[in-house]
Amino acid sequence: MTALTVLVPLALVFGLTALFCFVWALRSGQYEDLEGAASRILFDDLPRKDSRQ
Amino acid sequence: MTAVPAAIEASEPGFSAAACAHCGAPVAPGAGRFCCAGCEGAHALISGLGLEAFYRRREAASGELRPTDAPPAIRFATHVRPERGGEQHSLDLMVSGLTCGACVWLVEQALAAEPDVLRARAGLSTRRLSITWRGPAERAEDLAALVARLGFHVVPWSPACLRAAEDAEGQALLRALGIAGFGAMNVMLLSVAVWVGTDMGEGTRSLLHWLAALIGLPVVLVAGMPFYRSAWAAIRAGRVNMDFAVSLGVLATAAMSLSETLRNGPYTWFDGATALLALLLAGRVLDRGARRRVRQVCAELLALQTGEVALLGPDGKPRTVPVESIRPGDRLLVAAGERLRLDGVLESGEALLDTSASTGESLPRRFAAGAPLPAGAVNMGSAFVQRVTAAAKDGSLAAMARLLEQAEQARGRYVSIADRAARLYVPVVHTVAAATFLGWWLGVGLPWQEALVPAVAALIITCPCALAIAVPAVQVVAVGALFRRGVLVTSPTALERLAACDHAVLDKTGTLTMGRPELLPDPTRPAEALAAAAALAANSRHPLARALVRACPSPAAQGVEEIPGQGLRHGDARLGSAAFCGVEAPEESLTLWFRAGPGQAPIAFRFADRLRPDAAEAVAALHRLGLSTELLSGDGAPAVAEAAQATGIESWQARATPEDKAARIRALRAEGRRPLMLGDGINDAAALSLAHVSASPAGATDLAQSAADLVLQAEGLSALPAAVAMARRAQRAARQNIGFSLAYNVVAVPAAMLGLATPLIAALVMASSSLMVILNALRVGREAHA
Repeated sequence: MTALTVLVPLALVFGLTALFCFVWALRSGQYEDLEGAASRILFDDLPRKDSRQ
Repeated sequence: MTAVPAAIEASEPGFSAAACAHCGAPVAPGAGRFCCAGCEGAHALISGLGLEAFYRRREAASGELRPTDAPPAIRFATHVRPERGGEQHSLDLMVSGLTCGACVWLVEQALAAEPDVLRARAGLSTRRLSITWRGPAERAEDLAALVARLGFHVVPWSPACLRAAEDAEGQALLRALGIAGFGAMNVMLLSVAVWVGTDMGEGTRSLLHWLAALIGLPVVLVAGMPFYRSAWAAIRAGRVNMDFAVSLGVLATAAMSLSETLRNGPYTWFDGATALLALLLAGRVLDRGARRRVRQVCAELLALQTGEVALLGPDGKPRTVPVESIRPGDRLLVAAGERLRLDGVLESGEALLDTSASTGESLPRRFAAGAPLPAGAVNMGSAFVQRVTAAAKDGSLAAMARLLEQAEQARGRYVSIADRAARLYVPVVHTVAAATFLGWWLGVGLPWQEALVPAVAALIITCPCALAIAVPAVQVVAVGALFRRGVLVTSPTALERLAACDHAVLDKTGTLTMGRPELLPDPTRPAEALAAAAALAANSRHPLARALVRACPSPAAQGVEEIPGQGLRHGDARLGSAAFCGVEAPEESLTLWFRAGPGQAPIAFRFADRLRPDAAEAVAALHRLGLSTELLSGDGAPAVAEAAQATGIESWQARATPEDKAARIRALRAEGRRPLMLGDGINDAAALSLAHVSASPAGATDLAQSAADLVLQAEGLSALPAAVAMARRAQRAARQNIGFSLAYNVVAVPAAMLGLATPLIAALVMASSSLMVILNALRVGREAHA
């Protein structure tokens, strides 16, 4: 059962990392305009001033 | 925003299939590539910026992208926020007409092409455009005008838009879902090991249970907050709701599992508690998403109608100020074509007002000096000065809004099918659980910790899950399907009430009819006379003149003089009333006369407020659904009788005041009928809010739209019978779903009471019953496509 001492904490670390990423994405407003983000990716052929700010 | 199907516009008689190169609206044959000068300008602007790719990339050209000839008088500079000590400014706008990614791209690129613009970003689902530029605040006017010239309608981002969009509660739900999902997956990982590891040593099992508790307890406490809050609010109000059952089930399960972990029992139930929360939160997030889209569009429609007024200062100069700051006695300048926001009296001269929104009359009325002017009317003549008699919060529109609020509260007492089920379910389940506990503890003589296990198992296995998502799942699917057809469902119980309605009361002007006069075809009329008259008419805002221009789009002739209330003069040519053109004919209400010169024969243009093309069909469809129909209008008897006959409506009443309409609805309800009211005007708002369920068509006034449960966004009425059919299907599916989840309990509850249920069985029952309910709900949307 020594494998458990490695695998279980590892699984928890992965899970917590995913949860942290989700909360960060939510806080930074990435869930606010899902439709826009979906179509925006198709229209980036001209240099824009906005997106990196 | 759902695009108007091109087929509806193309099928309107009198138009060819040729479409405007900018907005896509039908263009009369031979009239060129554009429907109006505004579109031609927009096209030139887009080509000049090198952004023609927009026309290839957009998904649909529905005729909505048409620049208005007279943009609303809004001072954008007053809404600008200074940044970095006044060196930069930023402005938030609500942009209507953003329908696809290409529109977002066009707006952002067009603004980015301005050298001083630092940042421009538009949200497709929020319709919010944020612009930041270097330079003075006054640039706001130019930038907003640039977006308007492309054909989008812009208004400053208002608190109403903000409320609908920011939605902190939705964010909290999403976060809770993320946490519950994390917890459910990781606890399940540990639980499965316990279920399949039959040869597992006690020490290992205990370790896994402790780990599950470590993850499960905080998750249950944090992710369950939305339910605990709602349950607590319900208890304080002296009610029990579904959230109470969910909260009790989840908390009891967590507590029992903790006790089992301490006692080193064979099973813990943390997986059930966290999975239940994750599933319920997912359902709630979806439900909210569907509603948020609807609220967004409604807020957008309302924001487009709010405006500012021109206050005349002591020096006689107009200043643009918000409506709220106006006090009785202030003097306002009302421009041609502007809607009156406030009650007041006409200070001097004469005014021609279109009062169709407030009374239902289809023709403009003339008001003399000193006459009271109703808020909501539209100025059809030249500009005039209005002295305000009541501030916005005391005026007739506010009084109407208060009436609507009262009706809204009365309607809030409507008990939905989900709540009725919860009221039955909660006491029964809790009695069963208590009986199980007492039976095992006192009856069989088990220690109380062990007796608690089957009792709590009964609580969680009774599928509050399936029952709690039985109705929301159906709602999400039905509201989404209707949204795609252009019907906005604004109230959570609207579909249930719509399914039950048995009588339809319709308004005429603007609802059954287009709400604007249309030129009647006349084969004996020379075509060049129409073109010449239209060139004159293009200078006027009179509804008949506008109708003439719509029938024959033509550039405005220069040097035309308008004599308010009589007609237009251009050299020797005259267009107007019979007397004005020197014609010996009785004055008819919906007729314009045109005389090209003193010696020429006069030509009559006759108009009618035409029925919507699909009105008769929609009424027939309502009849097929078993609804009786009735026409209730503020217009004169002949027009109402004709409309009733043409659409096949059984009974009608003309010259109905707003009070008459409300009284009729009240009488119907007293008879035990469940009336559906369809209306568009301020005069319909009271009746709309009293009806069992209400709808308002595209282009209705803001008051009517906020009073209605359903807003038909697409042109035409055929969406209404479709919505009734959809609501009935949804209601049937909701009943089936409740039936399903109860049927599950017939098997699962006795097993749990006898102590036969294990967490594995509970998980299987929960997942399969939820899946069943969701699949059944999806059927509602599928049938709609067939």
